[in-house]
Amino acid sequence: MDKCIYLDNSATTPVAAEVLEAMTPYFCEAYGNASSLHASGREARQAIEKGRAEIAAILGVSPSEIVFTSGATEANNLAIIGMAFAHEEKRHIITSKIEHHAVLYPCQWLESQGYEVTTLDVDKTGRIDLEQLKDAIRKDTLLVSIMAGNNEIGTLQPVEEIGAICRERGVAFHTDAVQAYGKVQLSTDSIDLLSVSAHKLHGPKGVGFLMVRKGFSLTPLLHGGGHEGGRRSGTENTPGIVGLAASSSLAFNKMEETTARMRRFKRRLIEAIHAIPGTRLNGHETESLPHIVNVSFQGIEGESLVMKLDEHGIETSTGSACSSPTLEPSHVLLAISVPISMAHGSLRISTGRQTTREEIDAFLDVLPRVVEELRAISPFKVGE
Amino acid sequence: MYTEKVIEHFRHPHNMGKMKDYSAVGKVGNIVCGDVMWLYIKVDKDPKGREIICDISWETFGCTAAIATSSMVSEMAKGKTLKEAIAITNKNVASELDGLPPVKMHCSALAADALNEAIYEYLTQNQHEIPDALKRRHERLAKEMASLEERYKAFLAKEQVANGTKTAGDVKHAPD
Repeated sequence: MDKCIYLDNSATTPVAAEVLEAMTPYFCEAYGNASSLHASGREARQAIEKGRAEIAAILGVSPSEIVFTSGATEANNLAIIGMAFAHEEKRHIITSKIEHHAVLYPCQWLESQGYEVTTLDVDKTGRIDLEQLKDAIRKDTLLVSIMAGNNEIGTLQPVEEIGAICRERGVAFHTDAVQAYGKVQLSTDSIDLLSVSAHKLHGPKGVGFLMVRKGFSLTPLLHGGGHEGGRRSGTENTPGIVGLAASSSLAFNKMEETTARMRRFKRRLIEAIHAIPGTRLNGHETESLPHIVNVSFQGIEGESLVMKLDEHGIETSTGSACSSPTLEPSHVLLAISVPISMAHGSLRISTGRQTTREEIDAFLDVLPRVVEELRAISPFKVGE
Repeated sequence: MYTEKVIEHFRHPHNMGKMKDYSAVGKVGNIVCGDVMWLYIKVDKDPKGREIICDISWETFGCTAAIATSSMVSEMAKGKTLKEAIAITNKNVASELDGLPPVKMHCSALAADALNEAIYEYLTQNQHEIPDALKRRHERLAKEMASLEERYKAFLAKEQVANGTKTAGDVKHAPD
């Protein structure tokens, strides 16, 4: 096989040709510093503000509510730590067990600084319990940070309901929308802070943004030239921001068509994988991102499955312990009570805009064979 | 991250599968840490009357490194006298594979342990004298296995609690 079948699009995506084209002039031609007074600087500034306006229009917010960052990790850190430092009187934060580490770890760091963090459970499909959320909110709760769609299992959270509860109780609501942005309709009406990264939607790596609703002050993490309204210093990454805006526009313009195709692929994947004995679907059947399928195979280990598929030119990922430096299975799979043996045998398949029906077919042709091969050398036999 | 030799053994594992008429089996690892290795040996006498491992095979649940080390240890022990086979260490296994990533060194330990356990079982069953080092190693492994078993039980208990208090939503899945 000369070309690989890339089914790891929740890790990252190829940059779309249109996006690269939009970015290209800002490397060698319109290279000015957006803070400079001269024509080159003004050209860069114009491109950045055009991008900001595009993104703001997509989200239905005002351009001043978009803060460009180096990506979603920074956006999440800025939302959580920036909020905490700006509102010292409230020292309690609520999050969930299945957040990305870029949310969990800043929360844990704040805990080490004397803040209190409540980590909500999720059910077996990965959804939080709204009653548990209501009960967890206290007088000194500052922020609720719950992701829109999970990066491993695809489960969508009831973002609007969470936002409504937070609004009613006077608590800020942040959502990590890295996987959901461009894949599902997001109503930002009840969201106060929202993180996005460009490289998950066919944009460049190293750029993203945090949406910050008007009236919410943040203590910046980076101090310097006072860029981004003093909220994030550092010379703006003009080509990156242009790429982020272009990839956002593309994703939202094509969203209906792309996600309809993704949902078809997902149905086909789940159906075909169910036909293999000893498998289970991890996540929610319907309330789920269109591009992520997470399954477990009894009797085999995820890392070797990923390696076997790679041998056939198919690129996927796993939440198995052997793939992590800590040798613990994924915290997400454990939180949704996937049996320990099945958590070791998980496979995440994630499609992108470039994924074709032929690729899905080729993958489904290879998968049962490699599962069979690995089961043949495993001491655990399916059905025994 | 893996050497070519590791990948080669992973792709084309040697001596894999269950053995029917084995003399002894060494079972190490636990599902809780994601690696389980069963190593079967068949022992016979060579023309000089020494006991040798005349056949060896294995079944492994684990990552690339676990499968490659199973394959390698079986190659290294095949045809060796029991005394020679006992002397195989995890470092030997790893170096024969041109090295393993540091985080995967425990896989090579598992392979060497499985071989030791199989030999220990054989010697015990046949009421042969057991070298002190082998005995000590077996005792250490038995202790480790017991603590893993405890951890596994704790996990299972947690799973049961989770299954008892929360509804499964509408996820369909095969019996676990």
